[in-house]
Amino acid sequence: MSFVQDLSSSPDSAALIDFSPEASSLAIRGLSLAYGDKPALRDLTLRIPRHRVTAFIGPSGCGKSTLLRVFNRLHDLNDEVVRTGEVRLEGEEIHGPAVAVAELRRRVGMVFQAPNPFPMSIHDNVAFGLRLQGGLSKRKQDDIIEWALRSAALWDEVKDRLRASAWSLSGGQQQRLVIARTLAVGPEVLLLDEPASALDPISTLKIEELIRNLKTHLTLVLVTHNMQQAARVSDYTAFLQDGELVEYGPTDTLFTNPRLRRTENYITGRMA
Amino acid sequence: MRLAKRSRARLPRGEGAGAWLAAGSVALSLLALLALLSLLAIRGLGHFWPASIALVALDDGRQLAGEQVREVPLPDGTGRERLYRIGNRDLDGTRWAWVPVSAIAAVSHPPELMVLERHRWGEAIGRLVAVESETGERLEGQAARAVLENRMTELASLRQARDTLRDEVVLPRVQALQEGGDVERELATANARLRELQAAMQAGHLTLETASGERWQVPLDQILRVRYPNAMSPLDKLVVWGEGVWRFLSEGPRAANTAGGVWPAIFGTVLMVMLMSILVTPFGVLAAIYLNEVAHQGRLTRLVRIAVRNLAGVPSIVYGVFGLGVFVYGIGGSLDEWFFDAALPSPTFGTGGLLWASLTLALLTLPVVIVATEEGLARIPDQQREGALALGATRLEMLTRVVLPMATPAMLTGVILAVARAAGEVAPLMLVGVAKLAPQVPVDADFPFLHLERKFMHLGYHIFDAAFHGGDVQAAMPLVYATALLLVLVILVLNLTAIFLRHHLSTRHGALSRR
Ligand SMILES: Nc1ncnc2c1ncn2[C@@H]1O[C@H](COP(=O)(O)OP(=O)(O)O)[C@@H](O)[C@H]1O
Ligand SMILES: [Mg+2]
Repeated sequence: MSFVQDLSSSPDSAALIDFSPEASSLAIRGLSLAYGDKPALRDLTLRIPRHRVTAFIGPSGCGKSTLLRVFNRLHDLNDEVVRTGEVRLEGEEIHGPAVAVAELRRRVGMVFQAPNPFPMSIHDNVAFGLRLQGGLSKRKQDDIIEWALRSAALWDEVKDRLRASAWSLSGGQQQRLVIARTLAVGPEVLLLDEPASALDPISTLKIEELIRNLKTHLTLVLVTHNMQQAARVSDYTAFLQDGELVEYGPTDTLFTNPRLRRTENYITGRMA
Repeated sequence: MRLAKRSRARLPRGEGAGAWLAAGSVALSLLALLALLSLLAIRGLGHFWPASIALVALDDGRQLAGEQVREVPLPDGTGRERLYRIGNRDLDGTRWAWVPVSAIAAVSHPPELMVLERHRWGEAIGRLVAVESETGERLEGQAARAVLENRMTELASLRQARDTLRDEVVLPRVQALQEGGDVERELATANARLRELQAAMQAGHLTLETASGERWQVPLDQILRVRYPNAMSPLDKLVVWGEGVWRFLSEGPRAANTAGGVWPAIFGTVLMVMLMSILVTPFGVLAAIYLNEVAHQGRLTRLVRIAVRNLAGVPSIVYGVFGLGVFVYGIGGSLDEWFFDAALPSPTFGTGGLLWASLTLALLTLPVVIVATEEGLARIPDQQREGALALGATRLEMLTRVVLPMATPAMLTGVILAVARAAGEVAPLMLVGVAKLAPQVPVDADFPFLHLERKFMHLGYHIFDAAFHGGDVQAAMPLVYATALLLVLVILVLNLTAIFLRHHLSTRHGALSRR
């Protein structure tokens, strides 16, 4: 790809690829984060390409979720968290004083590991974010809800029971509902934290297909502990260990021809 | 909540001693509850049954007439004795007669025996001899019965007219007069009419012959109801019983709380509990939200939480003392100085009343609501909160749209527990506003309709007062049982209402319970 720099030009950098600022959605520079005095992220620098799927892999506890939560400032609630470094969304520092958190979170949507639909009807779940913004006519709102449910490949399954409780759906359907709910507020970036790890194989495949379809207009960041999944759906993969970015590159390269021993050991399952 | 219910491990059915023990103790507690309720029901509700009146002839030739209450062995074990309720307290000085069974020559139930329910002194028992009208006209036999019946109906409507006049015309004007209104003329007319009615009621008396043969004149206006129990069919008795129960529920007390009904006490209890719920719910819920959602979860918060939990164990009388000192004398006294100084030195809010009692009980039940709500909040998965935040909700929106609806059943559980605790509390109320007798209920047609400063009656205190402060404990006992039964039922109804509300709210959230 044209925007991938010549790798040989940065031999000792962990970030093996560097997208041009114009092609990247999120740009992270020197990001470190600690829970109290316990470091969780150490000096991360990387760019995440627009309208691509970027996967974060790494052993449990390496900081994948922590990193994802930085992107939509979910850490704000935790007074313990100490963070340094920059995170820019489309060139703008997300922690800047002029940034409204609610607005940022609408631009950077997040889907969690366990499906977390609200105890409301399917319709109301998708309408939740829209109602927070307000100012939408009922018709417009219903149009957006239908569009979001279609985008999440759920419309056909629920169109006849939009008033049914969201909790009456299966786990896989619930996760797609949560994705629809997030899509409805019109995000640019969608963060997915192990979105399929609690689902059965068929539901997992549906989610993966959905992820591939969504990248036409969204930047997707996927955390997964499932290497095959990362290989199947992502364009780029970053390997984290102990809060450090170990290796980052096109998924094909990283899985078939990792540069570093640590990466290879993890991918082939020879973990220390 | 529901999650807990689902994951609760069940003992294998029909296996092991554990299952039997558990089932046994459940059965035992149910039985105990049932026994308690039936004791209260039999002792209390039996009182309204118009029992037959026995005419007892004794060996020595004396006679007495009364309702047999019970028969017990003599203390020396040589036989048995019976207790009769013979009425005529103003004549004999007692209402009860103990008779050894061995001394009884004959017992009969003559149909003409009459029971008069009177305004004071309890019932009178005997034979009707004659009815004399105000003009000196004297009727005997069947004619006397008929005229007595007419006169009773007449008296009932006169009483009604008098009460209406008093409550709706005279009392409001007296109040208006005190406040400087110009209503003296109206009041004078009303008073004249009241005197007329009073005079119309005072006409005539009847002559009664007691079992011992004494003749006795009873003024007709003293008589509330006339019955001939021995001549009544079971259906008649049932009707009388129903009327008795209804009067018990709908009328005010008479004769220093040893007779009459308990309506003001029912009303006071329910009103006080509802006010208490209205006061305690917002405070409790806000406190729980603060502790669980807002406050930094540090040592101080933990300390506060422990303190709140311990408050639940403070004896209720301590809250009563606190309410008396702080609410009644402190806040109430200041309110009087600022706003009701015209009425001083007689206190308005500076004395016990509905508001202070409700506040005191709200304080008493606050920990219960806080703890229950906090537990509900703690059970809501953080993912729900983060899900809302991730959609761009502010913390307030997250709280009001996701967290609070999910915590509503827990909140209502807290209120249910609070109601259960508050409705049965008597001790603190004695310090902060319950009254032995409060003829005016705290709600009426006068602005502002709900009179928070008024004293009120309470079923629990009514039980205490009737059982220990009446002149004739024997006579008050059935009413004590009936009132106790009523108190249990009122608490039950209050609880069921809250449970119904909780169920209604949680089914609105549909599958919340299915998960
Ligand atoms: N809220 C928190 N408070 C303190 N430590 C945390 C918190 N969340 C995560 N951690 C710690 O930070 C490290 C990274 O966690 P996480 O980002 O969840 O890892 P991953 O998602 O890769 O499994 C772990 O050591 C974890 O114990
Ligand atoms: Mg994680």
